[in-house]
Amino acid sequence: MLDLKKLDLVTIRNSLRKGDFTSEELVGSYIDRINNSKKLNTYNTLNIENAINLAKESDKRILKKNYRPMEGIPIGIKDLFCTKGVKTTASSKMLENFTPTYESTITEKLFYQGMILIGKLSNDEFAMGSSNETSYLGPVLNPWKKETSDQYLVPGGSSGGSAAAVSASLCPVATATDTGGSIRQPASFTGTVGLKPTYGRCSRWGIVAFASSLDQAGPITKTVADSAAMLTHMAGYDEKDSTSSTAKNENYEEAIGGSLKGKTIGIPHEFERLDISLDIQNNWESAIQWYKDAGVNIKSIKLPHSKYALPAYYIIAPAEASSNLARYDGVKYGSRVEGEVLDDLYKKTRGAGFGEEVKRRIMMGTYVLSAGYYDAYYLKAQKVRRLIHQDFVDAFGSVDAILTPTTPTTAFEIGENVSDPLKMYSNDILTVPVNLAGLPAISIPSGLDKDGIPMGMQLITKHFDENSLFQFGSIIEMSRSDMFQPKDWWMN
Amino acid sequence: MVNDIKVARYTLEGQSGLWETVIGIEVHAQVTSESKLFSGASASYGGSPMSHVSLVDAAMPGMLPVINQQCVRQAIKTGLGLKAQINKFSVFDRKNYFYPDLPQGYQISQFKYPIVGEGEVRVTLKDNSDIRVGIERLHLEQDAGKSFHDIDPESSYIDLNRSGVALMEIVTKPDLRSADEAKAFVTKLRTILRYLETCDGNMEEGSLRADINVSVRKPGDELGTRCEIKNVNSIKFIGMAIDYESRRQIDEIENGNKIIQETRLFDVSNGKTRSMRSKEEAHDYRYFPDPDLLPLNLDDNFISEIAKEIPELPDEKKDRFLRNYGLSSYDADILVSDKKYAEYFEKVTVGRDPKISVNWITGELFSALKRLSIDITNSPVSCDNLGELIDLISEGTLSGRLAKDVFEIMLETQKNPRIIVKEENLSQITDEGSIEKIVDKILGENPDKVSEVREKPKMIGWFVGQVMKESQGKANPSSVNEIIQKKLGL
Repeated sequence: MLDLKKLDLVTIRNSLRKGDFTSEELVGSYIDRINNSKKLNTYNTLNIENAINLAKESDKRILKKNYRPMEGIPIGIKDLFCTKGVKTTASSKMLENFTPTYESTITEKLFYQGMILIGKLSNDEFAMGSSNETSYLGPVLNPWKKETSDQYLVPGGSSGGSAAAVSASLCPVATATDTGGSIRQPASFTGTVGLKPTYGRCSRWGIVAFASSLDQAGPITKTVADSAAMLTHMAGYDEKDSTSSTAKNENYEEAIGGSLKGKTIGIPHEFERLDISLDIQNNWESAIQWYKDAGVNIKSIKLPHSKYALPAYYIIAPAEASSNLARYDGVKYGSRVEGEVLDDLYKKTRGAGFGEEVKRRIMMGTYVLSAGYYDAYYLKAQKVRRLIHQDFVDAFGSVDAILTPTTPTTAFEIGENVSDPLKMYSNDILTVPVNLAGLPAISIPSGLDKDGIPMGMQLITKHFDENSLFQFGSIIEMSRSDMFQPKDWWMN
Repeated sequence: MVNDIKVARYTLEGQSGLWETVIGIEVHAQVTSESKLFSGASASYGGSPMSHVSLVDAAMPGMLPVINQQCVRQAIKTGLGLKAQINKFSVFDRKNYFYPDLPQGYQISQFKYPIVGEGEVRVTLKDNSDIRVGIERLHLEQDAGKSFHDIDPESSYIDLNRSGVALMEIVTKPDLRSADEAKAFVTKLRTILRYLETCDGNMEEGSLRADINVSVRKPGDELGTRCEIKNVNSIKFIGMAIDYESRRQIDEIENGNKIIQETRLFDVSNGKTRSMRSKEEAHDYRYFPDPDLLPLNLDDNFISEIAKEIPELPDEKKDRFLRNYGLSSYDADILVSDKKYAEYFEKVTVGRDPKISVNWITGELFSALKRLSIDITNSPVSCDNLGELIDLISEGTLSGRLAKDVFEIMLETQKNPRIIVKEENLSQITDEGSIEKIVDKILGENPDKVSEVREKPKMIGWFVGQVMKESQGKANPSSVNEIIQKKLGL
């Protein structure tokens, strides 16, 4: 058995090509570790048999030196990406038996480059949540525990399964989606690297939609280099997604390294007034120092409208969701509960098929779009969104990147915020402005708090400047002192 | 909107005096296109159920719409044909409601920013007067699928072939005043769409359907409360629905009741409209911009390229026919009512008398085609052959009567009239000697009539008839007339 904890994507890629181990060996090791980690509840569906067969194929190609860029590397896929012939549930009872006949553009691209689907990873139901507690298949546990307590922690959400699986070395990398922080927040909670690319960078085709104007796919990885490698193969224009961008794509791995001397990082000091934990504030200060040490200028910037980002987000996202989820009606596919008359069928199907949080958001979204409320809520939120966008444009006039913590707190306990949606939503306060502005951002593990659990720093750059994210991000990786390896307490 | 028509064009009589009906129409015209508005599935009519359905049309999870350029072009072309403003910026919105034949749970439509703005259609009424009907807007939207509730007593069935097919919704201003005006408008609109080839106008196949807004008022009053009659699918029914609905509203008001704003259905079986849902029961569609689609930004070049494709439209064609061929307005209207008629006419009339050409086309040809239920494009009498038939008349080879006989043979055999004349030996006898012989024979056989005609010169017609009969219709009637007159010394 291989020591998977030591393996990141770049290492695996090199080792496979060198013949240090085979893809079959690697896949077998992951399956074995996954089987011993059921307690974390990260995977909704496993793809064991297929994965082993594909690994054998990959090994043949590697032997013949006929390998593709990501040949034989296993990957976990968030259960929001439609995978042909493999169940795709969005962690909802509504789609518990749904198997797509088509492959999402992103998974298609990754598999085409030689990656091997090992399984589908849990998430908050329809990506709605910040703790992965809303999954129909039960909560995912964070592989990290506080040194002082034996309580289970949430892995964050909605890509909690992806983050926990990468953190616990149940896959080297995973895909995820980020609508208001759903990649970065769980990455921050689990000590992993979470990248939310520019809106339009990665195709949304074949990803179960939550809020179309905000959703963006990205990777969760162990390192910044892995993140860059993943983006290289995920990004690109897709004619099937009208909102995907034709912006030039490149090999992002090549961006890493090189001096940042003379570059400028912006610090939005308004964010200090937010309810950010002391440990995280201190960690933010340390990170600023690391950049100073690297010769980067530090500049205070203003993002005056960001304080309205959370309410604007919780109007726009549910509004779009209320419409996007209308297709789950029990008529064509998915779960159905029969009814006496048509309306009865709708009510029973949707009543039984959706969980509490999804229903709450559909209700909010329906409300804000209703006649008489549209202008006061939806339209106003869109105006706020434009102002937030403009704030960033203005800020990027004088800085190359913006540095903030990813979350105001570290991982909280399972059940802690479930009964208080507002408290739950406030966890997204530092991540949602980025989605509203469509910008790229990355969360990088930057330290452990006093309880020994991960904190993450968020870097934000201009539209389509992911290269700078990787460049700036590697500074944190090089400067931090803590190790981001959870202890295997959950193993059988 | 202020209505500046003070004198009502058309009124209905009620117990309390005269009433004016005010009508606005929303036409749903299916865009002629290869594929659907937002998916690659075929947009053609028919096909076995569920055979023209893509993953997008079935609203599978994660599927996204992509605008079909061809449909955009067709909408712009139609807008230009309606002399309307083309909006360079337009937005697709979602209209949210639940129904089993609406797989997405919303229809993608255009609400606040339609692709086409205000325009105008000139409509000629039966009395040959023209009215101008304002176009409020034209927007693109998706059609829904089709539900079947009568196949099985236990279940309903849904066919998504039509789901996602592109429609143009064309909305008029409340500029129409009677059933006849409304019928004439829809007919004219259909003609324009067919000229443009942006909609086949096939009402039986549902390619053209109308929602009709009807209200009544005393002439000069403010607009009354309107009712909307949904989904009327023939021009005849449009007239019937308006006649019934305006009378119903007048009766309601005259009986002291108020008109309730509501949606009504036209019942084909009894010619009445009945309530479908009131304003209170109306859906809240929660329109908002579709975040899966970018706003549509058109550049001037794109629009001007399309403008080059606009053919001569019925109004311009009519004007040209009046000007160049000296046709009557009535004849011109008939010819331009279908681009194919006009094309046929223009081919026939090259180098020939336009009036004679029109008479043959709208007379003999149309009645024959109608009798045989054949479209003019498949006419057994080609335009070249009809032209030659007209030539044979003007050359004097055929009399009008003989020409009609030849025409009948042309219909049956599709042969060239000159060949028919030769084969059937039908050419007119113009040789005076031959005619004289026949005249002499008839005069000789009827001495009593000869003396009678000297008293009553009008009787000459009888002799002409006898001579024509004797010649099997081949004698030139005017020569016959002339010779008889000469012989009888009249």
